[in-house]
Amino acid sequence: MNRWFRLYQLWQLTAALFREIIREPGVLFWGILFPILMSLGLGIAFTKKADVIRKVAVILPNQKSETADSSFILDNFLDLNCEKNNSADRDAYRWKLVLKDDKLGNSIFFFYEMDWQQAMIMLKRGTVNVVLLEKDGNTEYHFDPLNPDAQLSYMKLNGLIGKGKIVVSESNPNIKPLTVTGTRYIDFLVPGLIAMGVMMSCMWGISYGLIEKRSKKLLRRLVATPMKKSHFLIALITVRITMNFIESAVLFLFALFAFKMVIQGDISALILMFLAGNIAFAGIAVFVSSHTSNTEVGNGLINVVVFPLMVLSGIFFSYQNFPGWSIPVIQKLPLTMLTDGIRSIFNEGAGYHEVAIPILILTATGIIFFSAGLKIFKWH
Amino acid sequence: MVTDPVIEVKNVWKSFKTVQAVKGVDLAIPKGQFVALLGPNGAGKTTLVEMIEGIQKPDKGEITIMGKRWKGHEDELHRIIGISLQETRFIDKLRVSETLQLFAAFFNLGKQKVDEIINIVGLEEKRKSYVVNLSGGQRQRLAIGISLINSPVILLLDEPTTGLDPNARREIWDILQALKEKSETSMILTTHYMEEAENLCDYIIIMDQGVILREGTRQQLLEESTDEKVIEFSIENGLIPEDINSSGLSFTVHRDASGERGSVALKHFETDLPEFMAYLKSKSISLKHMECRRKTLDDLFVSLTGRKINE
Repeated sequence: MNRWFRLYQLWQLTAALFREIIREPGVLFWGILFPILMSLGLGIAFTKKADVIRKVAVILPNQKSETADSSFILDNFLDLNCEKNNSADRDAYRWKLVLKDDKLGNSIFFFYEMDWQQAMIMLKRGTVNVVLLEKDGNTEYHFDPLNPDAQLSYMKLNGLIGKGKIVVSESNPNIKPLTVTGTRYIDFLVPGLIAMGVMMSCMWGISYGLIEKRSKKLLRRLVATPMKKSHFLIALITVRITMNFIESAVLFLFALFAFKMVIQGDISALILMFLAGNIAFAGIAVFVSSHTSNTEVGNGLINVVVFPLMVLSGIFFSYQNFPGWSIPVIQKLPLTMLTDGIRSIFNEGAGYHEVAIPILILTATGIIFFSAGLKIFKWH
Repeated sequence: MVTDPVIEVKNVWKSFKTVQAVKGVDLAIPKGQFVALLGPNGAGKTTLVEMIEGIQKPDKGEITIMGKRWKGHEDELHRIIGISLQETRFIDKLRVSETLQLFAAFFNLGKQKVDEIINIVGLEEKRKSYVVNLSGGQRQRLAIGISLINSPVILLLDEPTTGLDPNARREIWDILQALKEKSETSMILTTHYMEEAENLCDYIIIMDQGVILREGTRQQLLEESTDEKVIEFSIENGLIPEDINSSGLSFTVHRDASGERGSVALKHFETDLPEFMAYLKSKSISLKHMECRRKTLDDLFVSLTGRKINE
């Protein structure tokens, strides 16, 4: 009898909190549509290479020397190989060169003729990143060697200028793009988006929800009844995990149809991993929102947790580019663990053997934060 | 037969960082009594009620409900009291019936109770409405409905009608009046409306700055001064002199904030009135309007604190 009564209470709480969420029209957009749009946008942006426009400043000698015409390599190159623009506009480009490449994407070079001083201004403004200078029959390349984009422009131009006829193979047979499932950017991105969704949804949904209910004095009113306090938090977390499950499933199904993504590893391990991530962030969320009743302070607290994790945990781009010493630390962050775990199951065919430890650590993290949060939790 | 009080408060003190909110309050409320805790904002009413509700803990003193302290009896006491906090907001997108159902579940009560409550608080037409779409008065009726859901032995309402228009206030009074007739519930209600205290409650406790100034039935409170008459007046030329009370009069004149109107309670009409008139004449003040009436609770509050309750 008593047991049924408790279950009934828990069920009513869960139902009420679930209704609260699904009746908010924004939930459908931000929870479900937005991640899909993000994966669509980023997936397409990083799957097809767009045309790259490279702007180059050219400084030619004031007058042509009659004696050594072979030394005007740059001049010849521009006159012979490039399409000349006869526009009277001083700001317009003088020559244009299109390099077609179906794999790396087309490069379009615009050459602007100007003097050194102008070239420096353009360089400083970032309008051009390479300056070509014809000097004593040689072509000098002036650019910032630390700028990878400038380096790329230099390498492309250096390969072209001075070799007479330009040989460009429009279809590049030497480059074999990786299209194997699991190696594309979208395969990297979708697990990241799922992990990020779990974190964001727990932190904003649970933390913000609790702080708001505290500031509305609803928590205070609820605990003035015989309601079990733990039931309330369990209901709140259950509702959130259910929502996260639906949102992630929709995102995955979308990726399945739109990008032919597959789960190469163990699906049951994936579900456990997902659950462990939810528990971890639900626990952290309860801890973060255990005290304040000020939504502004809450905002700050949530951002303190969410923002560094977003930047460091390799959601959109690999964290391997961070300094070497920081990588072992980054790998121990909860969001990294979740992202890496989901990715390895999706793309590397991982199973329980590989993800058991992260699952345990994430679950323990959640339980520790939840218990600590409950200890200091302010209901009034 | 004298029964034990349902609520007993003994020498309770409570302070917050900068204020002494409650300074040594004693209360004993018998079964079935409706008590008004009357006082201006900041009098310590809410703090006192929240300590009785178990939400705040007193720094000093003891509170018992049905002979039990809060510590160790939370669950038991939560089952027998019904409360409505000052300005609670419920879940916006939950319907009226769903909100009641949620609270009913905490007491293991079902749909039948929900219907009964909706009926009592007159929200039949709004049962399917989202809480967010209710008017202020309807929201307050819902809050009272929730406080009544467990048929409480003790009802604690913190400013249930503050900010409501007269109609909405009247509807809440009707609900509570009906409750009083039908049940044996004891109630403490905080308010800063004299009218509410007078109309609804058997016993009135006047509080200000953390202490109880006077308490008793309406009759008792006014009795001690039945022979007092109050004169309200306004003057024709200029303002009431600010030093009027230091000019040797044998009674105190209350001057309102603007200085245009005043009131004075006179015990010995035959001698005080001529004295007052003589004073006015000596200052060449001419009366524009003057009215004599019986003393009310408002006047009692003014005479106790030197200011009006809603000032």
